[in-house]
Amino acid sequence: MLSIQSLRQQIDSFFIEIGELSYFAGRYFKESVKPPFEFKELLRQCYSMGNRSLLLVIITGFIIGLVLTLQTRPTLMEFGAVSWMPSMVGISIVREIGPMITALVCAGRIGSGIGAELGSMRVTEQIDAMEVSGTNPFKYLVVTRIVATTIMLPLLVIIGDAVALYGSFLVEILKGNVSFTLYFNQVFNSLEFGDIIPATIKSFFFGFAIGLVGCFKGYYCKKGTAGVGKAANSAVVFTSLLLFVIDFIAVFVTDIFYDL
Amino acid sequence: MSEGEHISKHTNTMNQKDIVLQIKDLHKSFGDNRVLNGFNMTLHKGENLVIMGKSGSGKSVMIKCLVGLMEADKGSISVMGKDITTLNQETLDILRADIGFLFQGSALYDSMTVRENLEFPLRRHSEKFDGNVDTNSLVIKALENVGLAEAIDLMPSELSGGMKRRVALARTLILQPKIILYDEPTSGLDPITAKEIIILMQEIQKKYGTSSLIITHDVDCARVISDRMILLIDGINYAEGAYAQLSISKDPKIKAFFKH
Repeated sequence: MLSIQSLRQQIDSFFIEIGELSYFAGRYFKESVKPPFEFKELLRQCYSMGNRSLLLVIITGFIIGLVLTLQTRPTLMEFGAVSWMPSMVGISIVREIGPMITALVCAGRIGSGIGAELGSMRVTEQIDAMEVSGTNPFKYLVVTRIVATTIMLPLLVIIGDAVALYGSFLVEILKGNVSFTLYFNQVFNSLEFGDIIPATIKSFFFGFAIGLVGCFKGYYCKKGTAGVGKAANSAVVFTSLLLFVIDFIAVFVTDIFYDL
Repeated sequence: MSEGEHISKHTNTMNQKDIVLQIKDLHKSFGDNRVLNGFNMTLHKGENLVIMGKSGSGKSVMIKCLVGLMEADKGSISVMGKDITTLNQETLDILRADIGFLFQGSALYDSMTVRENLEFPLRRHSEKFDGNVDTNSLVIKALENVGLAEAIDLMPSELSGGMKRRVALARTLILQPKIILYDEPTSGLDPITAKEIIILMQEIQKKYGTSSLIITHDVDCARVISDRMILLIDGINYAEGAYAQLSISKDPKIKAFFKH
């Protein structure tokens, strides 16, 4: 009886949180079109987010490219299809692995950072101080961060994809005999707009989700310093879950367009 | 002794035109917890009014309702003749330029230098200086007022607790407010630094002729700085009068505040 009640409470609080997040997103869209615009803070956030995540995205992308090629090569060799390697790696990285891995890395790096930073500002009354000084803290802190993640994530995905493909090319050099031009010609010949455009659009949504959830968790952080840790942690967990949901929807919608 | 006997006639003798801040029948509850239960008060021009109460008695809630950081359940709050519960956001922001707020934990923006902390309120309220804002000289003047001109390029993390409180006071002063609200101005400070802050508050009051509302549970602070005191007990203004008058009261609830 108690467990059913507890389950019901958890389901209730989940839907309440979804409702609050939707309201928060609605407020973001409303505030983002109203002047004054905080361009200086937006640029600072773009630089900070790109700068903080670039190295991590490069390392992750490089390793993903290496591992994917190393693990796929023996199977392709068995079927005498090793020449398909650049196409296979190119399509899988550009369509799915690149955006998803980059988004997950950024959810951990940027999402938790935003959650912790805004959470700490909330519990130390810095957000209240901003409001009292007549500055709209939602516009200054939240809108700039969400716009920055939405802009920066597709750029980081492009860099991550490029590094992953280069990692894959290095394995091909070590294991086989292929030139840089031949390898990348084959990669780009196999890629179509139908691969690149949906993946890029998806990356914008990933960036938006990372910024939105991080800001939501931090902005409404409660219960002192323990709350800051909880905000950072739940920002990563909730964003990661949301990224998979967005990915599923994106693939589903792309599939419908392909069928048309 | 009934609570009515403790209410001084002091306020009635002062000129009603001089009222800069007035709260009538303020109620605020959090769930079943009734924090404010019909609180009333007036603050006059140039007056130092101290509000004392136990931890959790609703002092901070009351002061946050005063600047619109919290919404009251019932009652009216009038600041310089304007009922803030009925104001739209834009008008409230303009009015906030005339209300300085010193937060309990200083609430300095920890990602900004001292200079940037002081410049921040000026971004929104340049109209107060007829558009001719010499930001640099205003910042230096405000820091000189609190004796910290040399800390202009330091980060808040490089400042001691007392220095942070002084910088926060300088940030409060930079918009030349007519009313300053102090939330526990001496809490967390050693007795010597606390005394320095109290002296600074007195100097500022003399120099700028501001009206001050000071929330504290520091009896020494109340004794030195108050023109009048209100004891906030059970969510109401239980007793009101001068320090000398209240400190000799025989009411056990009042006596509890003045025991050393």
